[in-house]
Amino acid sequence: MDNNKIVVDSLNLYYKDFQALNNISIDIKANQITALIGPSGCGKTTFLRVLNRMNDLIDGVKVEGKVLLDGEDIYGPEVDVVQLRKKVGQVFQHPNPFPMSVYDNIAYGPRIHGIKDKRKLDEIVENSLCRAALWEEVRDRLFQSALGLSGGQQQRLCIARALAVDPEVILMDEPTSALDPVSTLKIEELLRELKSFYTIIIVTHNMQQAARVSDVTAFFLTGNLIEYGDTEVLFTKPCDRRTEDYITGRFG
Amino acid sequence: MSNRATFDNELLNLQQDILRMASLVEQNIFDALEALFNRDPQIAKKVITGDDAIDRLRYEIEDKCIKLVATQQPMARDLRVIFTGIKILTNLERMGDHAVDIARAAMCVCGGVPEKALKKIPRMARLTQDMVRDGLDAYVNGDVEKARTLCAKDDEVDEIFNLVFQALVEYMQENPTTIPCVVYLLFVARYLERIADRATNIGEDVIYLVTGEMQELN
Repeated sequence: MDNNKIVVDSLNLYYKDFQALNNISIDIKANQITALIGPSGCGKTTFLRVLNRMNDLIDGVKVEGKVLLDGEDIYGPEVDVVQLRKKVGQVFQHPNPFPMSVYDNIAYGPRIHGIKDKRKLDEIVENSLCRAALWEEVRDRLFQSALGLSGGQQQRLCIARALAVDPEVILMDEPTSALDPVSTLKIEELLRELKSFYTIIIVTHNMQQAARVSDVTAFFLTGNLIEYGDTEVLFTKPCDRRTEDYITGRFG
Repeated sequence: MSNRATFDNELLNLQQDILRMASLVEQNIFDALEALFNRDPQIAKKVITGDDAIDRLRYEIEDKCIKLVATQQPMARDLRVIFTGIKILTNLERMGDHAVDIARAAMCVCGGVPEKALKKIPRMARLTQDMVRDGLDAYVNGDVEKARTLCAKDDEVDEIFNLVFQALVEYMQENPTTIPCVVYLLFVARYLERIADRATNIGEDVIYLVTGEMQELN
């Protein structure tokens, strides 16, 4: 029995005439952390955004091939994109809390999905903040503005906000690149804890981070998937010369 | 032009530093054996004091390795170059210690050992020195095939060691008065055998450096 959460088969993606992803096939296992690495413009963020159809928001995007989430094609005609994004949450490079209280930030998603019961919302807020390792730091300021939190706290708040709608997959696009080293390590520790509940896919430019946190790593170059495999192997003895050149900083 | 030119240069320097230390070790092994074969306590003393320079060099190079790891975040082959560098340093340093051991033993056997008992040692010494040379050649050229040949040579050294051991024990049984001298030859044989083991370790290091596979050669 395979443990694939996401199966991508022969994926091509075009921005109008420009082909940004070429024939990508990849299986992403459940409850693992998958790191996507590669130089700027290699397609890794585009690939990430394929997985919850964030690219739909861009004009002139054409997607070919199959992207299956638990065996269902997420580009199928009946797919409700809002429901898809509930299942496949996302955390962005810069912490982007809504200009509202800590509590309301977390309760925002569940409320949109129809939860009104105060006690239920309280429970979701506390659980999400606990899972994001932020509860102890904010329990006394739940009703103060989230914008008053530090950058590292804001990013964990955004993770908590993503968790609040009970996703299955979390996409992270350089989630620590705007954070100091201590906050970065806190988030990395957090990822390790979260992976027993979620499937996590993280884009990072930080090689050490990819090596530290991920179970498997995919190396992209000019829209192609060059190498994909166990992180431990990829960072110690990569198969492809281009991977070696990139991870040792000799690329280009 | 690599965008890691400075780092590449430092890795190259590291290899040259290691070779510089290796040549001191090789020379000391050679001299220690000279001291033994020629019963020359002066050369033996030179070997013993010369080991300090080897030890200092080892720490100096090791320190460079640690700084490279701390500042350059080496990955993949770069990491293996530095990591094997440290391992080779350790192996060389121990070989240097064995050269000192041989030199000390040489000073003790000075005087009284009959040629017959010394007979098999030179062949063992030559083989061991070849192994050290081969191990370093394999390192410089990233030559996995040569690294693997160390295994067979190590077997040969072990065989000779066993023969030498038997021969010396028999000799001492027949000539008990020579024991205080001849027993040091046993030590020499043992040290040579250890040096050959260290050379084999360098072969293993080279295989890891090139292929990323850790394997025991012997």
